Amino acid sequence: MKLLTLNFLTCAVKTCKSSPAAFPLHPRDATLQVVETELNLAFLKNMLPRLMWDELRVVADEVCGFLLSFPPPCFPCFPFPPTRSDLVVGGEAGAAATAEGEEEVEEVPSQTAQDLHRVLLETTVHEGKLVCGNCGHEYKVMEGVPNFLLPGHLV
Amino acid sequence: MMLPTPSTSHVCFDHVYEPAEDSFLLLDTLSSSSEAAFLQNRFSNAQSPPPLVLEVGVGSGVVLAFTAANAERIFGRQDILTIGTDINSFACQAAAQTVRTAITEYGHGKTISLDVVNGDLASCLRPRSVDVFIFNPPYVPADLPDFARHDKYNVLPDGQKKTTFEQDSYLLELSYAGGEDGMVVTNRMLDQIPEILSTGRGVAYVLLCAQNKPEAVKQRIRQWGIGWMAETVGSSGKQAGWEKLQIMRVWKEALNLQ
Ligand SMILES: C[S@@+](CC[C@H](N)C(=O)[O-])C[C@H]1O[C@@H](n2cnc3c(N)ncnc32)[C@H](O)[C@@H]1O
Ligand SMILES: [Zn+2]
Repeated sequence: MKLLTLNFLTCAVKTCKSSPAAFPLHPRDATLQVVETELNLAFLKNMLPRLMWDELRVVADEVCGFLLSFPPPCFPCFPFPPTRSDLVVGGEAGAAATAEGEEEVEEVPSQTAQDLHRVLLETTVHEGKLVCGNCGHEYKVMEGVPNFLLPGHLV
Repeated sequence: MMLPTPSTSHVCFDHVYEPAEDSFLLLDTLSSSSEAAFLQNRFSNAQSPPPLVLEVGVGSGVVLAFTAANAERIFGRQDILTIGTDINSFACQAAAQTVRTAITEYGHGKTISLDVVNGDLASCLRPRSVDVFIFNPPYVPADLPDFARHDKYNVLPDGQKKTTFEQDSYLLELSYAGGEDGMVVTNRMLDQIPEILSTGRGVAYVLLCAQNKPEAVKQRIRQWGIGWMAETVGSSGKQAGWEKLQIMRVWKEALNLQ
């Protein structure tokens, strides 16, 4: 599962929903895999206001500890949180130029955009656990699929 | 315009729900010109944050894959996020593959598919995070299966490469059996909807069949509070004047306080 997914998940225990400690869930004993995908600059730019940056940082810092085998795309590598312009080499040329009818220039993703893409979408938890900071429940991740089923769900 | 249906040729239908009339009604409704217009009105602003599309009970993944691959046509933008859940772990694996394939094959690789998680309904989703919710539930009036066997049947038997016959029957029961009026699972899901939908732009699509008493279901939703709406936006299979299957859209109208 992708680290970005953790930005949308919380503990499945009902009484944890209102507790700030239940989000984000914390990866533990994780085997990570980097799965390369095409970078989508428009997506990254639009995603900036939607991301929960503090929580993302917590998860990324925790996960960096597991990233021994390759250079960590750790958060301190880029301005935090970045702006739309930070994601484009030379800044966002943007709307103005295009509006004036000039030829649309292909924007080139900056190192920041590449780091962000690597953290959010290419770094995946393949095996391991996700732990709730409120109730301590551990959700297993097997073959990239987290299991959120609780015994109580199934009665 | 005919949009291609995602390939599910890798899916084992012995224990994962095979796309059927209900699945296709959902695809047709989401891509109909009236629903596309409704959704584009909400989401097509090119610089607004990408909408998160959640499908609960993804099964083979055919609906979520279709939505992801046809995002441009449905939402007026390609940068949407998709996430799925299913109680059946075999369905989760199958659906993840279906979505990946559809996005690379004809979605131009642009849509962002998050993951398919094994869980009960939307219980692991952060409150107010879902912009578009989709559910084709187990809706047949039939006894719910015995969940005591779930943990055992949700994984391959010890040391085996294949599921057993009893296991497959159990997993398929999960996909259609809906308890009394076929509404037990759907009602549990409807209870979660006000909590998971995003404020302002959240919208839900839920399939109902005639035995679910759809008119009463819609009436109940309209009583959730001021602004809550429920309308039929797609249907198929007329039987003696009754729609056999229908898609209900649920959303909350913004109050105009002027
Ligand atoms: C009618 S099938 C629909 C499959 C697929 N979405 C389609 O349209 O072809 C219902 C699906 O819901 C899943 N399901 C049943 N109960 C569930 C629950 N409590 N939580 C999550 N998924 C559930 C079943 O495993 C099955 O895949
Ligand atoms: Zn918890």
